[in-house]
Amino acid sequence: MTAQKTAGQAGPEATARYLIRGASPLGKARTDLLVQDGRIVEIGSGLSAASATVIDADGLIALPGMVDPHTHLREPGREDAETVETGSRAAALGGYTAVHAMANSSPVADTAGVVEQVFSLGRDAGWVDVRPVGAVTVGLAGKQLAELGAMADSRARVRIFSDDGICVSDPVLMRRALEYVKAFDGVIAQHAQEPRLTEGAQMNEGKVSAVLGLAGWPAVAEESIIARDVLLAQHVDSRLHICHVSTAGSVELIRWAKARGIKVTAEVTPHHLWLTEELVRSYDPVYKVNPPLRAEEDVAALRAALADGTIDVIGTDHAPHPSEAKDCEWAQAAMGMTGLETALSVVQHTMIESGLMDWEGFARVTSAAPARIGRLAGHGRPLAVGEPANLVLVDPAARWQVDLRTMATKGRNSPFSGRVLPGAVVATFYRGHPTVLDGKLNTPSRQSGPRGTEGER
Amino acid sequence: MRHLLSTQDLSLANTIRILDTAEEMAAVGEREVKKLPALRGRTVVNLFFEDSTRTRISFEAAAKRLSADVINFSAKGSSVSKGESLKDTAQTLEAMSADAVVIRHWASGAPAQLATSGWIDAAVINAGDGTHEHPTQALLDAFTMRRHLARLNGTDSTGSNLSGLRVAIAGDVLHSRVARSNVWLLQTLGAEVTLVAPPTLLPVGVEHWPCAVSYDLDSVLESGVDAIMVLRVQAERMNASFFPSTREYSRRWGLDDARLARLDTLGMKDTIIMHPGPMNRGLEISSAAADSSRSTVLAQVRNGVSVRMAVLYLLLSGDLRDPVARLQSPSISVDNLPNTRADETGVNAR
Repeated sequence: MTAQKTAGQAGPEATARYLIRGASPLGKARTDLLVQDGRIVEIGSGLSAASATVIDADGLIALPGMVDPHTHLREPGREDAETVETGSRAAALGGYTAVHAMANSSPVADTAGVVEQVFSLGRDAGWVDVRPVGAVTVGLAGKQLAELGAMADSRARVRIFSDDGICVSDPVLMRRALEYVKAFDGVIAQHAQEPRLTEGAQMNEGKVSAVLGLAGWPAVAEESIIARDVLLAQHVDSRLHICHVSTAGSVELIRWAKARGIKVTAEVTPHHLWLTEELVRSYDPVYKVNPPLRAEEDVAALRAALADGTIDVIGTDHAPHPSEAKDCEWAQAAMGMTGLETALSVVQHTMIESGLMDWEGFARVTSAAPARIGRLAGHGRPLAVGEPANLVLVDPAARWQVDLRTMATKGRNSPFSGRVLPGAVVATFYRGHPTVLDGKLNTPSRQSGPRGTEGER
Repeated sequence: MRHLLSTQDLSLANTIRILDTAEEMAAVGEREVKKLPALRGRTVVNLFFEDSTRTRISFEAAAKRLSADVINFSAKGSSVSKGESLKDTAQTLEAMSADAVVIRHWASGAPAQLATSGWIDAAVINAGDGTHEHPTQALLDAFTMRRHLARLNGTDSTGSNLSGLRVAIAGDVLHSRVARSNVWLLQTLGAEVTLVAPPTLLPVGVEHWPCAVSYDLDSVLESGVDAIMVLRVQAERMNASFFPSTREYSRRWGLDDARLARLDTLGMKDTIIMHPGPMNRGLEISSAAADSSRSTVLAQVRNGVSVRMAVLYLLLSGDLRDPVARLQSPSISVDNLPNTRADETGVNAR
């Protein structure tokens, strides 16, 4: 990554006053930003550097800190795959200041106790805000609602609920969940996968699966659930979020639902914006993911949908696995890819360098919209005086090769390994503190005092 | 070409070379001493993660006729069934200096992973992987068809292809590695393939394959076929709503006595009936059809040994490296197969 951009000598002992000199907010006119005590206190040209650590941001773009609505941090339970510490380090390096940790830990995050544990681990780590996602059903079993209200009222202030990894396939249970979370302005994030249509599914069903002899995961299994759920959301007037949309047909359904005023939001992963099922021909399990990599026309539809707002947000679905889970037969391999440290670059490549989106749009889909869906105060805010200093400095001209050995995540399952990607995170400010400087981890934010109310509006 | 993983990546030149070499190997099988010293001192491992006595003994006979040392490694009763990974198993075989690994695996793609993972340096031969491919089966089928065609034409099969041969492949195409390997190989050899199956047992995407597709066996027979390949219906498909009942399957897609008789009334006296085995008599094929003079089932088994000898020999001798050049080169003579000094002194030439 670029190492020459930072002139300041910010270390753990540095002052909590930072002058970011000459950055381009959202890729627009250059200006200085003064950060102090966790906030942006001044914006303008030629700001005084008095008693401030100066960060030379010439040529860098300033963006609001990225918010991931969909991360797997694996802790508690699978600390061999990832911990809150390693996952949130990866998040900071990737330009994130907040991540939502999915509920499929062990034990499942289906009680106030577990979500508070994850929340506390995130706070102790201090690299990003770790916002737990609560399970919709007890043990992700799809039988009985978890205590959604208790999780919402806990110190973790859960607002997104999901059985991610497993679809809430029972229509009655889904209806009840959608209705119930209205009591505390929650949202159900659905993993849209009709279970019977995808038993044993290994990859997208189509011309490649036919040749490879791998059991197909048909697009209709995603689309039929989305069709059902947008109608349910309309019927009970609830908020619905669709995780990792992967097909052109899903895009059409969501576009239709939004046109009807249904309160649905949708997410796409960086890998679904770029990679296709053709990669599966290698039988390399690093390309095994759920939902599966789809066809070229799906990729094109997803990019267009993100650009026109049909898809609201980028969610990494960062899913680290230990190497043995991928060093095996395709059918036995775990599903999932890492994504936190490559998301920005992949979105720059697929959306910005393709001309589909500008940096303002980037900020919308990686920060403002996900923060709004998660009702996450203090994130996704404009870069303006008085706002919390959660921001990223990006060098859009940088080119770097993905090297698994240098990643902060424990997962070595990046499908982008070896690729040269554009754009690099030079600095990440989390609550006014640089967690990343010079493209490298700096120090975590160690803040004192109670911090249990971040989720309140 | 170091490995045989799929017929899709097999060139016409290499295909003809394998089939021609198999002809020469078949001649060895007719001699009193059915053994060649070609692979003396080389080790061939039969690595079977799935039961298949027929394929295993065929490869075993092939390797032994070439004087290779054969190790049979079966998932049953070994550490594989105790959760040892493919990687660990492969590395164990590598440590034992296997020259070739013949792998049968329930997972599609396992042979490809073995060949490309860097876990092992041996030549990898796919002996059937999941619902992907079974290339030596397709090669032995092609060998059988080529001999049949040569006999009809009164020509020598060596060097020839299957141009114009009309082949119907009937049955569970969706789950059949035999069908996949045959579609690619027969296309390479110039045959005209029609898949005949219930729509539920054809993969989504089959429309991209280089063959015709039909749901109607009778109309396919009436349009004229030179070879009918009947695929086995696996027991586990029978209760998964792929078709309503075995009787209905037999009536619509089985090669039953009525359809066997139809071949005669249609005047197709030279049409052969093939089956990769093992057969479900009375389900996809009637006993009369299986045992008729048209049936090549036993010839297929016999030819399997010759074809596998050819594959083992060519891969381990490196003779499939340059398909274009090899096409021009004179075919090997059985009497002059490599019999190196290293072999004679028992030193492993590897």
